[in-house]
Amino acid sequence: MKYVDEFRDPARARALASEIAGLVPRIARTRERPLQIMEVCGGHTHAIFRYGIQQLLPDAVEFVHGPGCPVCVLPMGRVDDCVALALQPQVIFTTFGDAMRVPGSRLSLLKAKAEGADVRMVYSPLDALAIARDNPAREVVFFGLGFETTMPSTAMTLIAAKKQGLRNFSLFCNHITIIPTIKAILDSPDLHLDGFLGPGHVSMVIGTRPYRFIAEHYKRPIAIAGFEPLDVLQALWMVLKQLAENRCEVENQYGRIVPAEGNRQALAAIAEVFELREYFEWRGLGSIDHSGVRLRASYADYDAERKFCIPNLKIADPKSCQCGEVLKGVLKPHQCKVFGSACTPETPIGSLMVSSEGACAAYYNYGRIARSQVVDTTGLRAAVKVGA
Amino acid sequence: MCLGIPGRIVALSDAESRLAVVDVSGVRRSVNIACIVDEAHPPESCVGEWVLVHVGFAMSRIDAEEAERTLALLHELGEAQAEIEAMRNSAAARAG
Repeated sequence: MKYVDEFRDPARARALASEIAGLVPRIARTRERPLQIMEVCGGHTHAIFRYGIQQLLPDAVEFVHGPGCPVCVLPMGRVDDCVALALQPQVIFTTFGDAMRVPGSRLSLLKAKAEGADVRMVYSPLDALAIARDNPAREVVFFGLGFETTMPSTAMTLIAAKKQGLRNFSLFCNHITIIPTIKAILDSPDLHLDGFLGPGHVSMVIGTRPYRFIAEHYKRPIAIAGFEPLDVLQALWMVLKQLAENRCEVENQYGRIVPAEGNRQALAAIAEVFELREYFEWRGLGSIDHSGVRLRASYADYDAERKFCIPNLKIADPKSCQCGEVLKGVLKPHQCKVFGSACTPETPIGSLMVSSEGACAAYYNYGRIARSQVVDTTGLRAAVKVGA
Repeated sequence: MCLGIPGRIVALSDAESRLAVVDVSGVRRSVNIACIVDEAHPPESCVGEWVLVHVGFAMSRIDAEEAERTLALLHELGEAQAEIEAMRNSAAARAG
């Protein structure tokens, strides 16, 4: 595939890893503690585990897995809202496959489907729109989630729905926005991050400028990264080089996809359809100001929150589940009490075990990672089981 | 959902509605190209282009020049590495 194989060359990966190892001694603070670099995006978390990137790195460099997996940060109450919508007899509930297995307090969407709800997995919001056209007597709800990467596709679908005058299509909007989220992470007293790998595909839409505050105000380096192993390693090298040279800048490793100004058409579609919510509730992170979007009044007819009665209850996570601590980077997945025992990808308790981009699922599926560092026995069992 | 996949646009199916056919590793499907079309890039210019496809939308052209630049930098790093390795070996050989 175009520019995939080229960015997986093992010889170049080794060369980069060696360059990185050479930089570390030049960064003074590594003498006191390991450097903590957060990959904000779940796609990067997945790549880091899939390709075993952490093992290529010196002990003094650690990845902290950020909250950039949209499925993983859904609070349980929101899943319950989806199930409540899906169980209404006139509704066809459409969703990306990732969200099907996230547990609600009683049911996941998959289980709701087994109980008779009309839940359909779609690849694209445009497929949901086609279902609405084909079923004029039914109400088709699309479950929109994701950061700025998926926001333009939802926005353009709604623009098309309005243009076509479709009345039986609506959006249950759970889109979230990256900049307030990064700000909340930087303001969190629990975390002491030294730098960031920036999300490649969010940046393809918003460009590189919105990240400037990270370098200018918070004095942390950031490099926007692609998703192949060499992309991740090269971006990490760029961040460490900044640290070694006492620079804080926004750098772009993923120039083949990310233009500095972002995507004008995509941003225009977002602006046409969405506006910021005052606050939005995240799993594990609590409420973050201005971190979510809703439909503008001009799209009220397409807003499932106005069209249907949605319970909107706040449901606490199960007591045993420590997704919140993992999401904040305070705990590593294998340090959670139920990791690999009660909570597995087949029977997930927490959302981080559901999505392939979730840190726990990545730890579990590519569990050979740092087996020697796994101290607690449940994690070890999982690692051995998967590694065998 | 967020990762996307590279594909090549092989035909326009409905230029008016900004729909095209994309080939992703031999699989063809309809994609919306509104995000990569503007005054400078009319729909016709998209045919033959490599794009990144996300949930049914071509979200970005893959900039071949930028990709080559990134690869060249990686290549230089590799060469620097080989050079350093050679220097180290020669020093060791001398000390040996």
